[in-house]
Formats: sequence, structure tokens, C-alpha cells
Amino acid sequence: MKGGSKRPNMEKSHQLHFLEYRTLFFIFLLLLMFTGITVGVSYIDLGRLNVWVSLLIASIKGSLVLLFFMHMKYEGRTLILSFLGTIFFLFIMISFTFWDVSFR
Amino acid sequence: MHSQPDESGKKLGMWLFLYTEIILFGGLFVLYAVYFSTYAHDFKEAGKELNRLLGLLNTVILLFSSFAVAAAVTAIQKKEKKTALAGLAAAILCGLIFLVNKYFEWGHKIEGGIYPNSEKLVSGPHGQNMFFGLYYVITGLHGIHIIIGMTLLIVSLIFVQRGKITFERFALLENSGLYWHLVDLIWIFIFPLFYLII
Repeated sequence: MKGGSKRPNMEKSHQLHFLEYRTLFFIFLLLLMFTGITVGVSYIDLGRLNVWVSLLIASIKGSLVLLFFMHMKYEGRTLILSFLGTIFFLFIMISFTFWDVSFR
Repeated sequence: MHSQPDESGKKLGMWLFLYTEIILFGGLFVLYAVYFSTYAHDFKEAGKELNRLLGLLNTVILLFSSFAVAAAVTAIQKKEKKTALAGLAAAILCGLIFLVNKYFEWGHKIEGGIYPNSEKLVSGPHGQNMFFGLYYVITGLHGIHIIIGMTLLIVSLIFVQRGKITFERFALLENSGLYWHLVDLIWIFIFPLFYLII
């Protein structure tokens, strides 16, 4: 029975894992709520803090999309580490650029 | 020789591509950040020209479309073909509405003399020229991504309809979904940076 139709390893590598409609809709509602907050905050003048607050809220929203809609919360080590690696290189790009610009 | 399709490999490949997209838009956001720190005042003045309501509407549309695609991926795994088709159709429709809104938004700007290399921008404050330059490049590139994403979703829709995407083999649907979510993710950052700065 070599090479039969049932391959437990294959099944495991592409595991059937999905989020219920309810969970997805709840995430959608959370995203709407944070959108409301970011619009609201933009009317309050916090000086330079405004940019940081809106970036923080955008990051929270982005994380929700990434973790649940894009399923990253349930992925294996390969995807999680490679994603973090990308963010790390993005961070290097941003910080080195500002390092350069602010000491010119 | 019959070989088993490597579903998780397909997904990893898609993610590797998405990483390059993240760096692409990341680079543009760095550009935005550097000019914002130099021309904060001009950016704030220019940001007032953008229609917040239209930006907000497009944000809600994209968030909903992302939800619809995520629901479609769930539906195919639950063998609920009709729900999957409905989710995909809803997302495609949302993408279309997004583009129509964008068309009116850009049209209105261009009528008002705000477009790359226009008389008004070239002779106006330098920072505002930079702001609208970045606005057109970033939202334009994002718009192209919407069109590509919609194409992928349409292909997925047809394949689900024809039974080529099933609960056993849905990598194409999953990867199209990932692409669409990334487009949504980028918009989540575009919206506050361009429409909401004060």
C-alpha cells in the first residue's frame, strides 16, 4: 500500500484550519472600531504625537488583519520567523535612513 | 509519475512574494516619513485638500472586502460552495466600488489643478508638491494592486464555480486572499498618513 491516497504527513502540512464566520465578523467589527478611533483622534491636536498615535492604531489594525484574516496566528515557524525577518529588515531600512537624514 | 501538490509550499512561495511587496511599499513610506519630517507644515496643509469622507468610505469598503474573502476561504473548507462564491463576488464588487471612488477623487484633484507637474504645484510650496507627488505614486501603485487583486479574485471565483478549487485544493483561493489582504493592509497605513494628518 505504498503511496496510498492517505498521507498523514501531507495532511498535516496543509492542515484544514479555519476561523468561524462569527470570529471573522468580530475581527471586522474591531477593525471598524479602530478606524473610528483613528478618525476621532485626528480631530484632537496632539502636536507631533498625532502621527505616532495614528501609526500605533494602524499597526494594531494591521496586526488584526495579519493574525486572523491572513491566518498568521496559526502558521508554522517558517512563516512566522520569515515574516518577522522581513519586518526586521524594514526596521533596518527605516532606522538607517533616519540615521542618515538627521545627522547630515 | 503522479506527484502530490505541495500546498504549504505554494503558500510559502506566496508569502515570499508578499515580503517583497512589504519592502516595496515600506520604501515608499520611508520616503513619505523623511519628507514629512522636513515639510511637516506643508504636508498638513496639503492633507486638508483630500476628502476624508471618501477616504473613510474606501477604508470601510476594503475592510469589508477583506472580511468577505476571509469568509470565502472558510466557506471552501466547510464545503459551502455558494457562500464562497458570494464572498468572492462581494469582495470583487467592493474592489470595483473602491476604484470608482478613486476615479472621482483623482478626477476632482486633477480638475482643481493638482496633478504631477501641474502649474499650481510647481509654483506652490515645495512640501505640498512632494506630498501630492507621493500621494499619486503611492495611491496609484496601490490602485494597480487593487486591479491585480481583483483579477486574482475573479480567477478564483471562476475556478470555484467550475470545481477546480475545492476543499482539498484551494491554494489558489488562499493565495489570492493573502494578496487581497495585503492590499487592505497597505491601505490601512495609507489612510491615516494621507487623509488624517492635521
